[in-house]
Amino acid sequence: MTDIVTCDACPVLCRIRPGHTGACDRYGNVKGVLTRMDPHLVLIRSPEVVAFAGTEWDGNPLAARDVFPTGIGAGTTYPDYKPAPFIVGSTIDGIDMVTVVSEGVFSYCGLKVKIDTDRHLGAETATVRAKGEAVGHVTTAEYGSQMLSLGGVHHLTGGSKREGVATCETLLALANGAAVELTIDGGAVVIVQSGHPPIVDGVAEIRMRVGCGSATIGIFAPQWQHLADEVIVVDDHITGVLTEHQAGKFLGMRPSGIRVRGRRSTPGRYFQVANPGLGWGGTDITDPLSIIERIDPKTAWPGLRLMMVSTTGEHAAWFVLDDALKPVPEPMPDPVIAAVARIGENCEPALCSVLFMAGAGGSLRAGATENPVLLTRAVQSGRAQVTSGGAPVFLWPGGGITYLVDVASMPGNAFGSVPTPALVAPIEFTLPLADYAALGGYIDRVRPLAEIIDHARRESLPKGVAFPVP
Amino acid sequence: MTQIRLLPDGCLHLQHGPIDCLARAWGADREIDAAYAQAATSFPTILPALCEELPLLRRALPSPEPHGDVARAMHRAVRPFAAGFITPMAAVAGAVADCVLAILLEGRTLSRAFVNNRGDIALHLSPGQTLRCGLVCDLAHPALDGAFSLAADQPARGIATSGRACKGRGGRSFSRGIADSVTVLAHTAAEADAAATVIANAIDLPGHFSIIRRSACDIDPDSDLGAMQVTWDLGAIAAPDIAIALDAGAVVADDLIQAGLILGAVLCLRGQKIIRQEARLRALELA
Repeated sequence: MTDIVTCDACPVLCRIRPGHTGACDRYGNVKGVLTRMDPHLVLIRSPEVVAFAGTEWDGNPLAARDVFPTGIGAGTTYPDYKPAPFIVGSTIDGIDMVTVVSEGVFSYCGLKVKIDTDRHLGAETATVRAKGEAVGHVTTAEYGSQMLSLGGVHHLTGGSKREGVATCETLLALANGAAVELTIDGGAVVIVQSGHPPIVDGVAEIRMRVGCGSATIGIFAPQWQHLADEVIVVDDHITGVLTEHQAGKFLGMRPSGIRVRGRRSTPGRYFQVANPGLGWGGTDITDPLSIIERIDPKTAWPGLRLMMVSTTGEHAAWFVLDDALKPVPEPMPDPVIAAVARIGENCEPALCSVLFMAGAGGSLRAGATENPVLLTRAVQSGRAQVTSGGAPVFLWPGGGITYLVDVASMPGNAFGSVPTPALVAPIEFTLPLADYAALGGYIDRVRPLAEIIDHARRESLPKGVAFPVP
Repeated sequence: MTQIRLLPDGCLHLQHGPIDCLARAWGADREIDAAYAQAATSFPTILPALCEELPLLRRALPSPEPHGDVARAMHRAVRPFAAGFITPMAAVAGAVADCVLAILLEGRTLSRAFVNNRGDIALHLSPGQTLRCGLVCDLAHPALDGAFSLAADQPARGIATSGRACKGRGGRSFSRGIADSVTVLAHTAAEADAAATVIANAIDLPGHFSIIRRSACDIDPDSDLGAMQVTWDLGAIAAPDIAIALDAGAVVADDLIQAGLILGAVLCLRGQKIIRQEARLRALELA
C-alpha cells in the first residue's frame, strides 16, 4: 500500500491510511498527503496556494486581502472549557480591519431544503422523518420544487432525546454535504444531498421539467406552429394539447380533433391522463398513443402531423395520420428533433439545495463585544459584514442577527455539533478596527493575521463563490 | 511537539501525540503550582519512552516484560487477561493517566486531583474527600446519563470507559464488541482500562447481521489487533438481543469483581443498562 503516509509529528510515527487519521486525530492522510487536521481554517483567495497545505507555511508572501480567517474550527474539541474568541486584525488597502471569528452553537437553527421535483413528496405540513424520528416538515411548495423545513429548536431540544439526536445528525450530515434519507408521513422516501439530484422513491430526478405540459405549450407554441399540425405535451400534472390550448388558438391553428384521456381543466389542458410513474412526463405510460381517447373523423385529416413530447424532452415521438386517420410512426424530421432538443436545453438539472438558517443570540455576540446590541446594530446597518465560513449570508431584516447561507458555498465540513444537541456553525463579523473599538470590542485580544496563518489549515471557497474580501 | 497549558478554569491541559490529558489539582495554591510544574517538566518524556518499546507493547501476551514504568504498568494490568487475546496497549491510556497523577502527587500535598486521559481517569482523594463523576453511556451521542460520587473511603482510584465507537467513526480506538459503553471502576486507571476493554469485547452478538466488522489493520495498518475483526458500525438490534449481549458482558464483569480485579462496572447498550457491584455505585443517579 503506497498510499499510506507516515506521520512524524510525534514519536508514535503512525502510518496512516488514506482518509484516516493517526492515533492523535490531529494529523491525517488526505489524498495521500499528511495533513494537519488542525480545525482552524483560513481561506486563501487563489486555489494554487492551497497546494502547499500539509506542509509548513513557507513564508509565501500573501497579501492580507488574499487571506480570510473563518470560524471553522475556531472553537475547540475540548468540552471542558470555552475558548476565548478568536479576533484577527489585518490591514486591507490601508484600513485596519478586524474579523471576529467564532463557532456559534445554535439551538435555534435549521435547514430549508429545496428539492427540484414535481413529484408529490408529501402534503404541506406533513412530518419529515429520519431514522423514524420527526426532524421537520413539508412546507410551501415553490415553482418546480418541493420544500422542506428541517430542524429547529422544537425538534432539537423540545422532543425526546432520540428525536433531538436524530435531528442533529440529519442537520449535520446535510449541512456538511452528505446524503440523508428522509421519509415523509403519507408521502415519499427521498434521498437528499446538497448539489445532487433528489432520489424519490428510488428514482433519481435528472431534469426539472421546463414547465407543466400547458406551460411548455405556452413557451414553445410559436416555434412549433409550422413544424406540426398538433403537439401533445405529456405531463403527469397537466397534459397540453396545442391546437385546443389558448396558445394554439391565439396563433390561429386549425383544431386537430385529437382528444386525450383524463379530466379537462380548461381547453387544451388535461389532468390525470394516466397514473403517476416513471414513463413519459412523470406518468406510467410507455406508449404515448395510449393517452389518445379518440380522433374525431369530422375534424382530423389524413396526413396530419402529430408531435408527442414530454415536459423535459426526454421522451418524444412523431406520427402522421394515415387515410384511416390512424397515427403511424414516421422518422422525425430534423427541425422537429431540434424543437425537442430545445425543450431539454431549457430544463435545468434537478438538484437539492440546502440553506442553513440560524439566529446569532446573546452569548455569541458577547464573544465579540461587551455591549452585544451594538454588534447587532453594526450588522443591521451594514458596517459589520457577516459571513459563515467565509461564504456570503443573507441577513433576514428585522431584529436580531438571523441569517441564511447556502451550505454549498461554504468550505467542506464546516459544521459540527454538540451533545445539547445543537449545531455548531462558523460565523465571522468583519468591520473596520475603529468601528470595532467604538462598539466595545476586545481590542486587546486582536491578534495579527500572520500569527493565525502559521497554524491554520488553508483552503479556498468552492468555485464561483465570491471571496469575502473584495 | 508537546502542548502544555493552563486553561482558564484551572485545569492543566497536557497533550503529546495521542496522549491528551486534562489534569486538575485541589489544595493550597503553592502546592497546585508545584504539582503542575512537575507535571509539565516530566510529561514530555512519557510518550518517547513508550514509543521505544512500542513493538513489544503491541504484541499479544504472553510477552516479555517491558522496561519503562508506564510500559510495565500496562503489562501488569493486562496480565490477568492473558488467557484470551490481549496486548499491553489495552491499558495504555489508563496507565498514562496513573503516571501523570503520580507525577502530580510526588512530594505534594493535594486534597484532590484527577487526570483524565481521553476518558480514562486516575484520581487522588485525601481522607474525607469525594469527587463527583459524570457518566456518558453512548460515546457516539455523548450526553450526561448519570453521575456518581467517589469517596476517599472507597478503594476506587481509576475509572475507564470503552465502547464500540470505532476509530474513523467518531471513536478513538477499536472494540471487538458492540457496547455503547462499559465504564469500570478499579484500583488504578490502567486496571480499569484493561478490564473495560475486555468487558466491552464480551458484549457481542456473534454472527448478527446488523454488526458491520472490518479488519483492524484495514483502518490502522499498525493496530495491535492486526487482521482481527473489529466493530465498525451497528445497525438495528432487537431488545432481547440487546439483553443477551449485555448479559454476556455482565458474566465477565462478575468474574472480574469476584477475582478482585475491578470494583464495579456499568454496561450500556442501546438504552439498556446493567450495573454491577451496586455497593460501589450505590450513589449512581441515572439521568
